[in-house]
Amino acid sequence: MSSLLIPIFVLSIIFYGYYKKIDVYSSFVDGAKEGIVMTKNMFPPLLAMIFAVNIFSKSGVINYLLFFLKPLFEVLNIPFEILPIAILRPLSGSFGLGLLNDIYLKYGVDSFISVLSSVVQGSTDTTIYIITLYFGTLGIKKIRYALWVGLIADFIMVLLSILLVPLLT
Amino acid sequence: MINKLWGILILFGSVHLICLGKYELLNEQILKSGKTAFEMCIQLFPLISLWLGIMSIAKKSGLLKRISKILEPILVYIFPDIPKGHEAFGYISSNLIANMFGLGNAATPFGIKAMESMNSINKNKKVASRSMITFLLMNTAGVTLVPTTIISLRLMHGSNNPSIVILPCLVISFLSLVCALIIDRLFALR
Repeated sequence: MSSLLIPIFVLSIIFYGYYKKIDVYSSFVDGAKEGIVMTKNMFPPLLAMIFAVNIFSKSGVINYLLFFLKPLFEVLNIPFEILPIAILRPLSGSFGLGLLNDIYLKYGVDSFISVLSSVVQGSTDTTIYIITLYFGTLGIKKIRYALWVGLIADFIMVLLSILLVPLLT
Repeated sequence: MINKLWGILILFGSVHLICLGKYELLNEQILKSGKTAFEMCIQLFPLISLWLGIMSIAKKSGLLKRISKILEPILVYIFPDIPKGHEAFGYISSNLIANMFGLGNAATPFGIKAMESMNSINKNKKVASRSMITFLLMNTAGVTLVPTTIISLRLMHGSNNPSIVILPCLVISFLSLVCALIIDRLFALR
């Protein structure tokens, strides 16, 4: 059923164009031309961000942060295992997915930790990536409070997951 | 902001790797990122062009205007700075619809078109406007109807109940989106 979604979406747009008697073919070609410019503008900011995020996430420096936050998590009785994924999720989607895979292997896919981590991974998009893609491609230099609100929203999402996952599963 | 974050990520990561003596790993990360970014663009390029082509048909035929009429009554409250009936609402609606149905690769070009359109009514083209930041948040905190990647990963690991994550993801992403919009409003009116 879901594999019919894209065909229905695309075909109805195309045939609505014919129904309205516009030059469907030329419209498509004109629009598709913009793809080159968009992708070209996308590459430099994407390269810059992947460069920095890769060095940071592969370095393991995050472990120091985890070391200092561990006692706090133990006091609050929050499963510590979700912390790496909660911190790195806004930076890198693929890195988050890698961590999720490790958690599945270590704790079993149906354990509470695994379900909680899945929800943390699945309930947000990669904040840094979206900022880079949307603002970088357009050449926006000042993003004002965008990053702050994005990260606060991610933090709230993690808190909500910890509170609500036990109730919703 | 992004300028500082960039420097911090590189500084902490590379100093840590150098202290550990992992020069090879650092070397690899530096030289590999170009390839990763390039492959990403190469994968996105044909899909972006395809969706922009389809979108162009929807725009010329007037379908985009009709789509935007569905969501505009709600969106005018979220984006008070965009004039009623502006083309930006059409792109914003298509981006949100594509996101909800999990058409991630279509959502990206629609999102960038929405940003372009909002930037055209922006006073300073180099500074993100209030509407642009609100729209960005709707994408980062985006409401996921079905987290397909995670469900397939759970299936791969032989889960007894791979779809158990659907409901919590939906509820939590919706609630955090609402929180994000409230915080955004507080920041904007500061």
